[in-house]
Amino acid sequence: MWIYLVKRILLATIIVITAVTLLYSMILAVPGDPVTVLLGPRSTPEMRDTLRAQMGLDKPFYYQIGHFLLNVLQGDLGMDVFSNRPVSTIVFEQLPHTIILILASIGWAILIGVPLGCYSAIHRNSFVDKLTGVFSVGTIAIPSFVIALYALLIFAVELQWLPAIGAGTGGTLVDRIRHLILPALAVGLGWVGYLSRLVRASMLEVLGENHIRTARAFGLPEHVVIFRYALKIAILPTIALLGVGIGYLLSAAVFAEIVFARPGIGKLIYESVMTRNYPIVMGSVLITTIFFVASTMISDIINAGLDPRIRENL
Amino acid sequence: MSEAVNRKMRTERSALYNLLSRLYHNPLGFFGLILVVIVVGSAIFADWIVPYDPIAINIRERLQGPSAKHLMGTDQLGRDVFSRIVMGSRIALKVALVSITLALSCGLVLGLIAGYGPPWLDKIIILIFDTIRSFPTIMFALAIVTLVGPSLETVILVVVITTIPVYGRIVRAQTQAIKNNEFILAERAMGANIIRILSLHMLPNIIGPLLIIASMDLPGVVTIEAGLSFLGVGVRPPTPSWGSVLNDGYSFIRNTPWLIVSGGIPLIITTLGFTFLGEALRDILDPKLRKDI
Repeated sequence: MWIYLVKRILLATIIVITAVTLLYSMILAVPGDPVTVLLGPRSTPEMRDTLRAQMGLDKPFYYQIGHFLLNVLQGDLGMDVFSNRPVSTIVFEQLPHTIILILASIGWAILIGVPLGCYSAIHRNSFVDKLTGVFSVGTIAIPSFVIALYALLIFAVELQWLPAIGAGTGGTLVDRIRHLILPALAVGLGWVGYLSRLVRASMLEVLGENHIRTARAFGLPEHVVIFRYALKIAILPTIALLGVGIGYLLSAAVFAEIVFARPGIGKLIYESVMTRNYPIVMGSVLITTIFFVASTMISDIINAGLDPRIRENL
Repeated sequence: MSEAVNRKMRTERSALYNLLSRLYHNPLGFFGLILVVIVVGSAIFADWIVPYDPIAINIRERLQGPSAKHLMGTDQLGRDVFSRIVMGSRIALKVALVSITLALSCGLVLGLIAGYGPPWLDKIIILIFDTIRSFPTIMFALAIVTLVGPSLETVILVVVITTIPVYGRIVRAQTQAIKNNEFILAERAMGANIIRILSLHMLPNIIGPLLIIASMDLPGVVTIEAGLSFLGVGVRPPTPSWGSVLNDGYSFIRNTPWLIVSGGIPLIITTLGFTFLGEALRDILDPKLRKDI
């Protein structure tokens, strides 16, 4: 297990370093000078030279990447040239909003999706099972931003049940929760389908196994068999999926934040794209990538802890 | 001779007939097929279907609701939304087909190299694949847009880069699985060169599952295009795209609900149609794939 742990952490570190290198070489590979992109075509040559020296762009390529990596390791993502504040501060200010949204979305998706999947597996081919099947394929397929837009249109604009914009910061807790409902609905809906489908599939597999038959033969009550013996094993693939799913959740959260004008990483990155403020864009991409790599790693480690067979495959 | 050809044709026709009849008996798959036919049909026959020029501005009739004259109403510039939606299917399918074909070809080549080539090359390719997959898609797309600028080509570039690893990994796994089969070893013992082995013996064994997975990726690609256009960083105006109709609808949400309603419907039809059809085809053609996805 320890060998696996060290190997897995090492792999994650290598991936992050490659990601930084890739992002940074992308900036340099793009035709056109990033400084001109940043300052606009009307900047003077002196302005450009100053900024270039300030950002270290006059140094050779390998030096720049090394320097950039070293700074990232120290938590320094550079300065935002517009507000003159550190990029990392700006990004970390917005991150909690996005994390709250993701947790709320995944939370209600688990609460509905896992029981739905269990029920479908136990009552296989029943009406509810078939309906769940269609529903889950449908919600996975429909783009989350379309769901977000329809939710905004129906519940906020037409019915006016819930607030349309913002996160209710500064308001009471109830107010904040009311602001969270629609975005979390839009981000989580696809996950209800995803989780129920996954839990159903692995539950069906587990229910066919010998130890479940043995447990039933011993005359254990059905709910004990299902919850104590079957679900415990069937939940494993779901845990693995949650880690990988953080990446997709981040993408859905970006759209939800823009549609509902909620503060967060998505809105930050979107506004920075519009003003072509690329240090902030790169900084947010980097932070979210590290977040994603870390969550995949943690779910892998949990899985390896639960299932020794996985440890052999790295 | 002609008897043999005839028999072959008969079995081929009956294979297609068999597929269609099995699809017919799968209600969801058949429903998907109908939706796909609607979308593909409107893309092909768009020129004959559209009642108005999709980019013709008519300020006097702006922001109207649905009527006999304008089936889905008009947008803030008085353009006919129904015409824009129908023409939008062309953009959506064009982006999807071009980028999936490109990604498939690149993924195939890289996957074969990784699976069949020396281990050090395999390690490098897999590391790059894993790195690209560790970027959240939309974040990565926005980063590229900031650097290259928004355009149709940028959208295609984003999709290609982010989907190459998916295909590459599948090809690699399949290649490694059959690399040591006896018929490959025999071929190598007879001195066949690498190109011949890969293209004549490996490729036919890999392409089937790959095509099914590619067709199931189509809704995702359409979503990325529409999403970027919705954010205003995809297809440039005035080109009609479903995403830009939604973008207009979002800006004028307080004035009219119809822009958002009609911008979302084609996206729902397309994603549902291709997903239902894809799932049904996969179950019929290759049930083994079911576990991998």
